Amino acid sequence: MTFNAVTGVLVIPALAAALLATLPGYRLTARLNVLATALTLLCALSLFFGRPASGAYLLIDDLNGTFIVLTTFVGFTTSVFSASYIGHELEIGRLSPPFVRFYHAMYQVLMFAMNLALVANNIGLMWVAIELATLTTVLMVGIYRTHEALEAAWKYFILGSVGIALALFGTILVYMAARPVVGEGLDAMVWSVLVKHAGAFDPALLDLAFIFLLLGYGTKVGLAPLHAWLPDAHAEGPTPISAVLSGLLLNVALYALLRFKMLLAANAAALAPGPLMVTLGLLSLVFAAFMLYRRRDIKRLFAYSSIEHMGIITFAFGMGGPLANFAGLFHMTMHSLTKSAIFFAIGHVAQVKGTQRIADMGGLTESHPLLGWGLILGVVAIAGLPPLGIFMSEFLVVSSTFARAPLLAIVLVFGLLVAFGGLFLRLNSIAFGEPRGPTAKARASYVPMFAHLTLVLVAGIYMPPALVAWFQNVAGLLG
Amino acid sequence: MSRIDFDVAHVLAGFLVLISFLELYQDRLYALLNVYAAHALVLAASVAWQAFLQDAPHLYVTAMIALVFKAIVIPVALHRIIVRLGIHRQIEKVVGVGTTMLAGMGLVALSMVVMLRVTQQAGPLAQEDLAFALSVVLLGLLMMVTRRNAVGQVVGFMSLENGLVLAATGARGMPLVVEISVAFSILIAFIVIGIFLFRIRERFDTVDVQVIDTFRGER
Repeated sequence: MTFNAVTGVLVIPALAAALLATLPGYRLTARLNVLATALTLLCALSLFFGRPASGAYLLIDDLNGTFIVLTTFVGFTTSVFSASYIGHELEIGRLSPPFVRFYHAMYQVLMFAMNLALVANNIGLMWVAIELATLTTVLMVGIYRTHEALEAAWKYFILGSVGIALALFGTILVYMAARPVVGEGLDAMVWSVLVKHAGAFDPALLDLAFIFLLLGYGTKVGLAPLHAWLPDAHAEGPTPISAVLSGLLLNVALYALLRFKMLLAANAAALAPGPLMVTLGLLSLVFAAFMLYRRRDIKRLFAYSSIEHMGIITFAFGMGGPLANFAGLFHMTMHSLTKSAIFFAIGHVAQVKGTQRIADMGGLTESHPLLGWGLILGVVAIAGLPPLGIFMSEFLVVSSTFARAPLLAIVLVFGLLVAFGGLFLRLNSIAFGEPRGPTAKARASYVPMFAHLTLVLVAGIYMPPALVAWFQNVAGLLG
Repeated sequence: MSRIDFDVAHVLAGFLVLISFLELYQDRLYALLNVYAAHALVLAASVAWQAFLQDAPHLYVTAMIALVFKAIVIPVALHRIIVRLGIHRQIEKVVGVGTTMLAGMGLVALSMVVMLRVTQQAGPLAQEDLAFALSVVLLGLLMMVTRRNAVGQVVGFMSLENGLVLAATGARGMPLVVEISVAFSILIAFIVIGIFLFRIRERFDTVDVQVIDTFRGER
């Protein structure tokens, strides 16, 4: 195998993982971690300028190119945040040096697994990659070894495994559907071959396969009612992992679903996957919006907000068509950037205050102005207020829905408003008023957080035409 | 394909469903593990038969994994864990045996109705294999939801996974079957080690999932 940009995004994290597993010393490994993710990002960016040919195992097109750039970018900024976050955890003794070494190695394995899932052309390979990503995140969620962390990891493990098992059954069924047309062997699991011949597949088998894939990968996306693992896993793991889970891993699972949706779309006789995704998406949105109200743990609050936004994105892709797909892609990008920025802020806040309980933190704008205002900006963005990027994407989702299905749009707007209220109810007590809890100075890395928020702000005000054209192109691919 | 080839494959897959039912109503952990070992043994035989029928030597690897890892190593390891944890008492069930068995029969009927109709073009062998495989998968899921004990849930997950391997080997010529079965074995090994570590670290006094379940989504 020759070295090119696609193998680069796989080889660099894999090598880095092996290296980081053997090297001692927090300072060195944290920097190497940042360096490896930066190199991976460069590799991903080079995909814009020239891309290697696709083979039976690896595939690169505009769709996964977008996902890879997003994944490697957030992976890079999170590693910068993680360096200061983990340094603090090491200082207060919440993590011991061997665990930090393990953490850094696992971080790179996770990057490898997500990139592999994104570039895999073989649907079996994609499944293995998503399983690997699940396993590594399970290990990271349980890394603090507290009762709650182990419990969260166990719950995530069991539910994630069941989801993954169902997805494999769906994958087998896709192979069964493809075999009579494509022939036995490797070709019948290669996505680019499958999509070419999908029109001739047995529609009944394909329908059944999609149901299993939707349930399986949908569990990983965190769609209600399959979301039970998500709040626990977000709340109990290290905050950089919460950021990566919310910002990236949920997207990767959704990407897998989108690939199969494209297969079904190529077969005229198969059931339309749209209504199923629309239903699950709306259900997740409304459910999570109401769940925002009674949360007392700040990371849990934003975990539910992730379910809400994955619901919106799934809804938009379910509606389909150039405009809704565009809105879905845009919203996904904005959500990844904003949510990880929020988790960066929360990570430092929770470290300063020594707790994740919302009741024990208050007056952040007074005690920690930068963190406080960063968090406010993040919440304003995630709640969908203008002029930030999420306002634009939500506006696009809503307006495209109003044009085609006004009744659904009413439910959508209702969910958005409920979520808006839930977020601002909490924001007020966290950000303003008398400072509560310890007010020690935070040694935070502000750059990743404000870099993300700036991007979100800029995207809300001005989208470069090249980016618009790019997203339109990808939206067209999705059908 | 001769009649006898088909019959043997049919009998083995049918046995797998039957043993899944046996697992459902075992109320002692030791007995449950023994039944699971039998489940894995039948799976190994079934996979080996498919390897012979399809003339696919790599499937023998999957059969060996099922035989050595699932039928011997894992049950022995879990057996030891149970002894170490001192939980060889009765398994508590959320739902009664009668209800569980009725639900199981309903699930098998459902998978027959769905799969036999959907897979008509796939050929009789694959068709029945898939129908049985889906039954095993659903029965495994049922077992996971009716057990509160972590070991019981793991056995449920492993028998679910056996159903998947049955489906994968039944799909003639499917690539990556061996890789997938290895990936699953790693997953299971992690789960078993996980149970063991939980106890080793003295974080939980019990492996009863209902007792460790303190979250309920709100703290």
